[in-house]
Amino acid sequence: MTMVLGIPLGVLLGQLLLGLINGAFYALLSLGLAIIFGLLRIINFAHGAQYMLGAFAAVLALKYFGVNYWAALLLGPLLVGVLGMLIERYLLRRIAGEDHLYGLLLTFGLALIVEGSFVKLFGVSGASYPMPEQLKGGYNLGFMFLPVYRAWVIVVALIVCLATWFMIERTRLGSYLRAGTENPKLMQAFGINVPLLITLTYGFGAALAAFAGVLAAPIYSVTPTMGANLLIVVFAVVVIGGMGSIMGAIVTGLAMGLIEGVTKVFYPEAANTVVFLVMVLVLLVRPAGLFGKEA
Amino acid sequence: MKMLQKTASAILASSLIVTAAQAQVSDDEIRIGYLADMSGTYRDLSGPGGLEALNMAVEDFGGQVNGKKIVVFSADDLNKPDVGANTVRQWVDERNVDMVTGMVASSVVLAASKVVEQSGKLALISGAAASSLTNEFCSPNHIHWTYDSYALANGTAKAVLASGGKSWYVLTADYAFGHAMEADITKVVEADNGKVLGKARHPFPTSDFSSYILQAQGSGAQVIALANAGSDTVNSLMTASQFGVTQSGQQLAGMVVFLNDIHAMGLDVTQGLMLTTGWYWDMNDESRAWAQRYFKRTGKMPGMVPAGIYSATTNYLNAVKASGSDEAQTVRKQMMATPVNDMFAKNGTIRADGRMVHDMYLVKVKTPSESKGEWDLYNIVRTIPGDEAYRPLAESKCKLVTER
Repeated sequence: MTMVLGIPLGVLLGQLLLGLINGAFYALLSLGLAIIFGLLRIINFAHGAQYMLGAFAAVLALKYFGVNYWAALLLGPLLVGVLGMLIERYLLRRIAGEDHLYGLLLTFGLALIVEGSFVKLFGVSGASYPMPEQLKGGYNLGFMFLPVYRAWVIVVALIVCLATWFMIERTRLGSYLRAGTENPKLMQAFGINVPLLITLTYGFGAALAAFAGVLAAPIYSVTPTMGANLLIVVFAVVVIGGMGSIMGAIVTGLAMGLIEGVTKVFYPEAANTVVFLVMVLVLLVRPAGLFGKEA
Repeated sequence: MKMLQKTASAILASSLIVTAAQAQVSDDEIRIGYLADMSGTYRDLSGPGGLEALNMAVEDFGGQVNGKKIVVFSADDLNKPDVGANTVRQWVDERNVDMVTGMVASSVVLAASKVVEQSGKLALISGAAASSLTNEFCSPNHIHWTYDSYALANGTAKAVLASGGKSWYVLTADYAFGHAMEADITKVVEADNGKVLGKARHPFPTSDFSSYILQAQGSGAQVIALANAGSDTVNSLMTASQFGVTQSGQQLAGMVVFLNDIHAMGLDVTQGLMLTTGWYWDMNDESRAWAQRYFKRTGKMPGMVPAGIYSATTNYLNAVKASGSDEAQTVRKQMMATPVNDMFAKNGTIRADGRMVHDMYLVKVKTPSESKGEWDLYNIVRTIPGDEAYRPLAESKCKLVTER
């Protein structure tokens, strides 16, 4: 077998594929963060909690109402999205235009409250979510065994990411959104309801996080702290991609997944740190991030 | 030097006799501190449930021993050694606490037990895994009750080796506990002519294990050992199940797996897993009866750690009763002289190094069809006699053993 740096090519390919799957999660999560920051200028520390809420929505809906996976994939984001809109309408709006720090503190506080309550209610061991029947099993790719579910994750995450990018960058609604953040007063003068747009945007960002949560439920253990552990990496991804850049978030998310995947083969001890190393290097060379516009 | 030591111990012994003769309880109250992780990773392992078990023990004594009231304090150590150590210091200095129990995360316990030793109090450690607590870090001021990493690695690894698993791959949590466990496993495997083909050290904590599982699959080892705990073990097992590890003929061996982990993952994922435990609620009539009482109060079946806390506390209070004192060394001596016979252990004995030696159980996780209820999770495969389960005194590096 062909060897690359002492590792068989097949093994490396397998690891790259797994990296891409993790990258798909990073991309989905950082996309929501990037949209919220880009349009609201809010650093949404509640994003991890919203991801966790999505996963728990799926678990609880199945347990108490028998809602299946496919319905949960819609229901989870919808519920969390509505919750997000309420948070924007009644809390975040009060501090609009204030220093970034207020938004950060508010969302961080919310995340702590939600996660703490879930620990109280469900404990820390969490719950498991059964794999949907249609997505059980796996493909033998010759160099690795690829579970069907992981293949599904990467496909659906990429579709959602690209659809979101298309909506914001290429449609009329997206152009309103972007214009609304550039100059809200002018947009208002044109008769566009900017506050409603902003509420919808935050709700959509939260819904994206919840969608990732439902996707994650069958493969990771669903615990109240599942989001908090992931959030820091996702923030690093957003910073590397350039705060607020949609395409930057998607591309960087996937790339960081790949880089992590390779690190896990050659030096697993550094797997959690490599993303931050990249972040430092990128910030040294391009302070606005890879895809960010210089301020 | 020998002479000096002899004199010193003679003086010590006579002072003990004096204390015992006075037979008194400080402040006319028996004060117990419960230190555990009440909000983090180990909350479900011990946390509020362990405190409930402690309260059950206190209530069984009617809240008093020989007319002296039992008072319980509790605190969250947040899994931080400095917080744990400071809490214990405060308890000792300000509240004159006599005994500390719970004691979960090994890192916290190592720090807190030093404070206990300096202040001459007693700790009954139930939650922590590190076997170093009765080896290089042993002390005359603590007793390690429920289990330890040596017994778990020893019990599970030997059973897997005996069933034919000779080549191993070790997946290790990259911190002190994981490294110690990895060393214990390697030792057991190599002693039995097995071979460790490879290992990966993953950051603590990790949520995605697919990469490591794939590496372990690629290694061709017959057995994949998990030298990690808590959510890391849960995620490793779930990932292994998705990647068809057992279907491809490899066997998994979880080293530190608790009842609450199995309950959280469900039997679909965990069926067939071998693990070692210090206690199981469905072992005998006594354990079942106690577990039912616990269940009524908490809504959960107890794992070995809450059961160990109840047992340790009960034996402690019995020793206070018998000796009429809550002075640490008097009580310890009394406890060492009395075999442990309760819902937790039969003929358990406390060794000189502070290890409570009792039988351990090798169990196999039931299949979903075997299980008759939410908490019906284990089949006991073998009872491992205490002497075989724990590190023999002959190998001990404990100062209480080597300097005798």
